[in-house]
Amino acid sequence: MVEFRMPSLGADMEAGTLVEWLVKPGDRVKRGDVVAVVETQKGAIEIEVFETGQIEQILVGLNSKVSVGTPLARIQTEVIDKADVAVAPAATVAEVPPRALPAVPQPSPPASMVLPVVTAPRVASIARMSPAARRLADMHRVDLATVTGSGPGGAIIRADVERRLVAAPVSAEKKRSTGLNLDAMRTAIAAAMARSKREIPHYYLEHQIDVTPCEQWLTRINASRPPENRMLMAALAAKSVALAARRFTAFNGFYRDGKYEAASAVHLGIAIAIRGGGLAAPALHDADRLPLDELMARMRDLVQRTRAGRIRSSEMADSTITVSSLGERGVETLYGVIYPPQVALVGFGKVVLRPWLVDGAVGPRSVVTITLAADHRVSDGHAGALFLAEIGKLLQESEKL
Amino acid sequence: MTAVTDKPRLSRTHALDLLKQMIRIRRFEDKCAELYTQEKIRGFLHLYDGEEAVAVGVIPVLEKRDRVVATYREHGHALVRGVPMTAALAEMYGKQEGCSRGRGGSMHLFSRATNFYGGNAIVGGGLPLSIGLALADHMRGDDIVTACFFGEGAVAEGEFHETLNLAALWGLPVLFVCENNLYAMGTALALSESETDIQRKAACYRISSEAVDGMDVVAIEAAARRAIHAVRESGKPYFLECRTYRLRAHSMFDAQLYRDKAEVEAWRHKEPIVRFKGWLEASHMIHPDDLARIEAEVDAEIAEAVAFAESGTWEPVEQLTRFTYADSAA
Amino acid sequence: MAAPAAMIELTYRDAVREAIRDALRRDKNVFLMGEDVGRYGGCYAVSKGLLAEFGPERIRDTPLSESGFTGAGIGASVAGMRPIVELMTVNFSLLALDQILNTAATVRHMSGNQFGVPLVIRMATGAGRQLAAQHSHSLEGWYAHIPGIKVLAPATLEDARGMLWTALQDPDPVLIFENVMLYNMTGKLAADAGAVDIDKAVVRRSGRDISLITYGGSLWKALDAAIALAGEGIDAEVIDLRSLRPIDDTTIMTSVSKTRRAVIVDEGWRSGSLSAEICTRIIEQAFWELDAPIGRVCSEEVPIPYARHLEIAAIPQVPKIVVAAKIVLGRA
Repeated sequence: MVEFRMPSLGADMEAGTLVEWLVKPGDRVKRGDVVAVVETQKGAIEIEVFETGQIEQILVGLNSKVSVGTPLARIQTEVIDKADVAVAPAATVAEVPPRALPAVPQPSPPASMVLPVVTAPRVASIARMSPAARRLADMHRVDLATVTGSGPGGAIIRADVERRLVAAPVSAEKKRSTGLNLDAMRTAIAAAMARSKREIPHYYLEHQIDVTPCEQWLTRINASRPPENRMLMAALAAKSVALAARRFTAFNGFYRDGKYEAASAVHLGIAIAIRGGGLAAPALHDADRLPLDELMARMRDLVQRTRAGRIRSSEMADSTITVSSLGERGVETLYGVIYPPQVALVGFGKVVLRPWLVDGAVGPRSVVTITLAADHRVSDGHAGALFLAEIGKLLQESEKL
Repeated sequence: MTAVTDKPRLSRTHALDLLKQMIRIRRFEDKCAELYTQEKIRGFLHLYDGEEAVAVGVIPVLEKRDRVVATYREHGHALVRGVPMTAALAEMYGKQEGCSRGRGGSMHLFSRATNFYGGNAIVGGGLPLSIGLALADHMRGDDIVTACFFGEGAVAEGEFHETLNLAALWGLPVLFVCENNLYAMGTALALSESETDIQRKAACYRISSEAVDGMDVVAIEAAARRAIHAVRESGKPYFLECRTYRLRAHSMFDAQLYRDKAEVEAWRHKEPIVRFKGWLEASHMIHPDDLARIEAEVDAEIAEAVAFAESGTWEPVEQLTRFTYADSAA
Repeated sequence: MAAPAAMIELTYRDAVREAIRDALRRDKNVFLMGEDVGRYGGCYAVSKGLLAEFGPERIRDTPLSESGFTGAGIGASVAGMRPIVELMTVNFSLLALDQILNTAATVRHMSGNQFGVPLVIRMATGAGRQLAAQHSHSLEGWYAHIPGIKVLAPATLEDARGMLWTALQDPDPVLIFENVMLYNMTGKLAADAGAVDIDKAVVRRSGRDISLITYGGSLWKALDAAIALAGEGIDAEVIDLRSLRPIDDTTIMTSVSKTRRAVIVDEGWRSGSLSAEICTRIIEQAFWELDAPIGRVCSEEVPIPYARHLEIAAIPQVPKIVVAAKIVLGRA
């Protein structure tokens, strides 16, 4: 008993439709007889049988589309094919074995895909860095030596530099759309604040300043400016602190390894709250030297970039003194915690209208409370008071900032 | 054109040999068809049914040192030339025991041992090759004939004309054998040639030519003897048009929409094996036992070839690029 | 130290002729076959005088049958001769493309290593003589795409003189492209100049700042560009590929690893050109060494026009190479 199957008639034939049977059960057939007609994409083709015997059973009806290899009929072969006479059974093709595809061995990559080893000279200590990574590192002045590469062959790729920018080891991936890892940030802040309170003997001073002249000056200059160019109180505050910090060097520098070193420049750290619970205080470089408009513009840029997670590591690391304002949050007084290794933090509360004595008369004035948190290892209250007073004085002469 | 020395010696032995060779090809092709429907042979398959007399009539007249160039319908030529049936079938299976290491398949049977230069899938592609082989022999003064087989479809290609012109111009020892089976794939001769008397085209290039009944193996052998003798003696080309017919479709996947079944049936009654057998029986040169013996021998050889091909092995993929160049590493 | 060989002054054309003559003398199986190579003396006068010296069997004029005689060359080489087929230009080689690709390049692999084709085909190539669109192609890149053949572009006198013999010894088909603008080039060559390798690129000018990678007729433009760049303080390295298939990756990558910048000069049309292949290889093998994207100077994507100013604008020129180098160096 042998199965007559739908033949493959061409390299691109997958199936055929039986449109005519030329034999019926009981008919005798011999090798080479045409037994059916199959419709293919090329037209109707007669198919022949390669057995000699008797049709026993038709298995597939007319107009059935069947794939190549499907049994179409059963043939009872009565005599042994002459072809089988002197041959081992394996040679008989009357029994069609299940379609056995050649065992394709696991291919090794073709020679053309194996990239040749480049014998170009390379200095072992120079890291390989992708152009994208290199660009990001340049923007943020990342030290390559601190970056571990996860790209091919240990190359540094962009993601590696991004990780390095968040000054904490990254484990889980909880990236917000801003590209910041707030969990890592919170961990870093926790570590810094704990260290600050552990190591720095803080003292606190407070001072109230009449900023009515400031407001009046701001109103005047902002009248003719579009909203995006308007000067804000925050810029005046920053400039005042920066100028004062230049004069009072005990509040602008770093306490490290048991000693204090005053900084040669004033890089004013601006504390910026980040949506989602983060906090960063990147530096406004040389804030004491910046013209007010430029300082304002840079502050805006800094805030925007900080919130988008695009701050440079130099901006993170370079602050010599920090100013923090919670004015918008509605508190009047802020008692800050110093960011080590800095030695001072100036806080600004909100501007409130208070009854104030001006030229002997009581009247409403805009008043803001500024505070100083300072490192008692480096300065004492007397210096702090002078420092704060200087800030107040500068703030009241806004046009000179 | 008729040389007395070239009369075919039609002894009983020789006659039976001619018959066996044709039956051998026919049955081999039949087995290939079967194997193809079972997807053991893949790609394209072009079968020689009906044209056996041409290969059987011409090729045995050649010497071993002579050269043969053929087309994609070359199984018969390869077998008659002496390519082992085992190697030919293994080649069609794609096994590395095949005559081309499994790299060529049905259309690219090559055999250095028998000076068989392929198997060519480009219609007319073998013609320039054949005059090149002959040019080398001509320049070295070697007594070698190159037989180039091609279909009448190749006659339309520019290469046909370039080749005949060069062969005549340079006096090259080539026997051009045009197997005119009346159809170039699905296009009838009358629809593709302004001049359908093919051998006249050779005359335009001043090449000696004749047409012969392609269904008559004895006539072909006689013509081949004359032609090959002429080529050898003169060193000049000769053109033999064999008028034959292709009983099967162009290839396996061909619905034959371009010709009538009646036409095919008509030719089936005068195909070379039927004719020769009939003539032998009428001349009492063959007994019924002879046929049974021939068929048994052929079937046994085919079964052996199938077993050989089935048990053959696949060339390791790692060797894919080997022999792209002479010194390609394995 | 041996005394230096005498130097002779000759043209690129003379060097090619000498190479052919030398091969014909050394090996009786060598013969030259092509259109007008005999009586006419060669379309570019390369084979002038050879017919008288070697006779019509070995300096064999052919009819206008590119496919026919290229196939004949293939067959003759299969049967043991060593023909040099001359296709007048790469433009006409298209008529022989079937024989080159489907026979010459494939026979060895397809026959399971039973037959090889030790054929040499020489062709003129390139633009610059206002011969217009059908006579100005640079299709070396197309041929370099085909496995089974080798492709050479001799740009110097030494290579014009020396590559042919090595190619004739090769058991596989070798295509030699001679840029039409080089035939008249004059220079000095050692009197005993002989065979050279056909698989290595050569650094023609050493430099630190950028690698100019090129072949054939464009080599001299690249060298002139290097001189111009030096005047602006840019030290260019110039690589002559010499072999387009196979490409000498090692020389290229060593250079680019040193300079970190590359401009490829290729007279083919930009899209899908040989320059694209070299670019990709550099990215695959020397990505980490690069300081800038790779530049390319290729022919404009137009059929090469007849009018002189348009033809000049259509193909690579020295100023374009200089500009491309400066762009890559960020100094444009």
